[in-house]
Parts: sequence; C-alpha cells; structure tokens
Amino acid sequence: MEITFQFDWAAAFGSIPHLLPGVPWTLLISFGGLAIGFFIGILFGLLRISPLRWLRWPAIVYVEVFRGTPILVQVLFIFYGLPQLLGSPINALTAGIAAIAVNSGAYISEIVRGGVQSIERGQREASLSLGLSRSQAFRYVIWPQAFRRMIPPLGNQGIISIKDTSLFSVIGVGELVRQGQIYIATTFTALEVYFMVALMYLVITWTLSILLRQLERRGLAGQ
Amino acid sequence: MNDDATQPIVRMQALNKHFGNLHVLKDIDLEIVPGEVVVVIGASGSGKSTLIRCINGLEEYQLGKLEVDGSQLLPFGKSNRALQRIRTEVGMVFQQFNLFPHLSVVDNITLAPMKVRGWSRADALETANRLLERVGITDQAHKYPAQLSGGQQQRVALARALAMEPRLMLFDEPTSALDPEMIGEVLDAMRELAKEGMTMVIVTHEMGFAREVADRVIFIHQGEITEQGEPESLFDNPQHERTQSFLSRVLTH
Ligand SMILES: Nc1ncnc2c1ncn2[C@@H]1O[C@H](COP(=O)(O)OP(=O)(O)OP(=O)(O)O)[C@@H](O)[C@H]1O
Ligand SMILES: [Mg+2]
Repeated sequence: MEITFQFDWAAAFGSIPHLLPGVPWTLLISFGGLAIGFFIGILFGLLRISPLRWLRWPAIVYVEVFRGTPILVQVLFIFYGLPQLLGSPINALTAGIAAIAVNSGAYISEIVRGGVQSIERGQREASLSLGLSRSQAFRYVIWPQAFRRMIPPLGNQGIISIKDTSLFSVIGVGELVRQGQIYIATTFTALEVYFMVALMYLVITWTLSILLRQLERRGLAGQ
Repeated sequence: MNDDATQPIVRMQALNKHFGNLHVLKDIDLEIVPGEVVVVIGASGSGKSTLIRCINGLEEYQLGKLEVDGSQLLPFGKSNRALQRIRTEVGMVFQQFNLFPHLSVVDNITLAPMKVRGWSRADALETANRLLERVGITDQAHKYPAQLSGGQQQRVALARALAMEPRLMLFDEPTSALDPEMIGEVLDAMRELAKEGMTMVIVTHEMGFAREVADRVIFIHQGEITEQGEPESLFDNPQHERTQSFLSRVLTH
C-alpha cells in the first residue's frame, strides 16, 4: 500500500505572507475589545457588589444577558441588527471590537466581583479602624489585593476573547481566519492554511500566557 | 477633642445591640476614663467582641447612647463624620492581626498616617521605625507580613495602630491566634503600653495578664455586664454566681 503524505510544507509556508495581514486585525479587535471590556467589567463588577439594590440589578441583568447569549449572535446583532435601529451602518471593525467589549465585559465583571469579595473582611475592618475612609480602604487595601487575584482569570478571559475574534470572519472583518479563507479560495490548500492559522493563534496566546505568568510571579512577591 | 483627664473617653449609656433576632448587648452602661486599662472577660458568644467593636463603629447599635472621645456615635451607624474622626483616635488590634499582605511591614505602618493624617513620608517613616523598635521588631521593616512569625505580625499590627497616635486602644483577643511560645512577646508589648499610660480596652482569656495590668475587669454574660471591679476583688472574691462559675472554669486550666 502506498502512503501518500499530503501535507505540503511549501504551501504552508507560502501562505504566511497572505495570513500575516490578518494578525494586526486580530490583535486590534481582541485588545481593543478587551481594554473596553476591562473598564465595563470593573464598572459592572463594582455595581454588582454595591450595597444599593437599584445599582446591583442593572449589573446582574447585563451579566446574565451577555454571558447567556452566544458571542456570534451578539456580533451579528451589532453588525446587521443595530444599523436597522440606528439608520446608519456600523463598520465591521467597530462591530467586532464592540462585541468583544460587551462579551468580555460580562465575564470580567464576574471576575472583578469574585476578586473583591475574596478579600477577607478583616482587611476592610483594619483599614477602617485606622481611620481610612471607605474609598481609601478600597483603593489602597482591597483593590490591590483583589487585582492580584484577578490576574489569572483575566488572562484566561483574554485568551478566550482572542480566539472568539475568529468568529468575526462572518462579518467580513479581515482578521486571521478571514485572510485564510480568502487565500484558500484561490489555492485550495485548506489543510496547510488552516494549520498555519491555528499556529498563529497559538503564538499569540502563548505569548500572552508567558507575559501573564511573569506578571503573576512579580505580583506575588508581596504575598 | 477632649483633653480633660476627668472626662470619660468612652461613655456608653443603655446601649443595645441586636443581630437580627439575637439580642447581643443589653442595656450596657460603661464609662472609661483616660489612662484606664479595662479588661473584658466572658464566655464565647457573650458579646465581648461586639461590645468593643461598637466603640469604633465596626458594629452599629440600635438603642442607647454612645460617646467616644467627645463625639456622639449615633445608632444605626448614622454618624459618618464623627465615625471617621473617632476611628482616627481609636486604634484596634485584632485576633487575626489583619496586616495588609500586599504591603511591606513599614508600608503597613505608614499608610494611615500618610493618607489620613497627611504626614509626609519622611515623618511617617521616622515614626514607623521608632515604633518598630519599641515593639521589638528590628531589621524586618522591608519584609512582608507573610515572612514574619505570628508574634511578630501581631506586634507590627500594634505598631501600625500606634502610628496614628490613638487616644484609646482596643484589643480583641490579641493573643488567641498565637502559638503559646509567642504569647509572651505580645503581652510584653501591651504591658509596656499600659505602663506608658495608654487607655486600653482588652478582650482576653489571659487571666494572669488581666490581673496584672487591669485597673478594672468587666465580666460579660449573655450581653450583660454581670459584674465588674478591680482585678483582685473580681478574681479573688467574685460576688455573682455566674462570675464564680466562669472563673472556676477558666482558671482551672
Ligand atoms: N455578624 C454577626 N451576625 C450575626 N450574629 C453575630 C454576628 N457577630 C456575632 N454574632 C453573634 O453575637 C453573639 C456575640 O458575639 P461576639 O463575637 O461578640 O462574642 P464574643 O464574646 O466575642 O465571643 P468569642 O469569645 O467567641 O469571641 C454571638 O452569639 C455571635 O454568634
Ligand atoms: Mg470575640
């Protein structure tokens, strides 16, 4: 029997220059969306633990809605649905960033809430007993400790969001998967090209993992 | 601010505190004058912690009157302004130390003087170093709390509270979380503080220490002050049957 080894390394490497233009788009959508999502997450995460009920429930609704629906539906809604509401089109890049922002924001608010709530009550009591105001106690004592505990789950969310951007090929934004599809349409080398696309995602996510691990190690020096 | 030595620094009148349906403090009347060392004893769950936590507003009460260092602390935690002012004048040491784990020893101590009192870093550092020496912690200023023993951590916690130059110090079982061999070093530091004239309210199970440093011992039973007096009379000649049975239980081991 003849073994036919069909993986064409030349085709794989040949695809790199055609895929690379997708990398900045993938990075821009992921990190742009995550940066906004981080602020949304802090805002809603803190609202979620507010002593005031009418501040808590919008945060609960937000998290439940965006965590409970698929990100693909969210981006389709933003890209195709919202323009009907607004009467003007939204470009694909904006839609992609917005989808990552609102989606990661929902998860990050849960991370923020969990991080803040994980700090022992005694930390706040010690701060207040020293005369610090509630906001000073939060800023100098609770938040720095909570943030350290949030780094690993935030990193996780970052990696998930980077991979989520691959779904946005459906709205035609020129990220990695989209570039791959365009190239395959002319060369029919799906195996090699998707292999390279996967590899590029791995390089991005690995780099992020390594950076985060270093950040974590430095952050833990004080514990 | 109240500098008149004859005026009580704590004045509690018919203070009542509930946790839901649980009536934890019942009509507590208590006055503490500057320089006095008051030790609070009683069984677990009798309300000792709750009592001293009311003094710096970590617990709110529902009924009665409470005045600390000349400021009224209103029921239901309604006196925000006064509360923060009182807390700058009242220090507290906790059973679990509650040091800030993300800050070095010296930063634990300088945080509040800088942020609350507005001291310069240099002034705060000088005070921190002086206090560390006083509680017997040297060459550890730049370590983190986790790198210290329990006894050292508690002495740092004491220094941290003293850095605010409080007029009153509250201690909630400061040695209960310590290994036996470290209890002495913390009690020594407290003894020293008492000698210097600090006004102190101490919840403790260390009866020998109480007898030695207390001007007055208060026995609490189920949220009521059952009996109080000088340590000699309360320990050697308790009047109330509940006090007798409590003391016979704790003093036999
Ligand atoms: N936050 C709270 N919520 C509800 N009940 C509480 C709370 N804190 C204390 N209690 C209850 O109030 C009562 C008095 O508690 P407190 O902590 O003041 O007792 P204690 O004398 O300090 O006891 P221990 O020696 O065990 O520290 C106990 O029955 C306790 O279960
Ligand atoms: Mg207690």
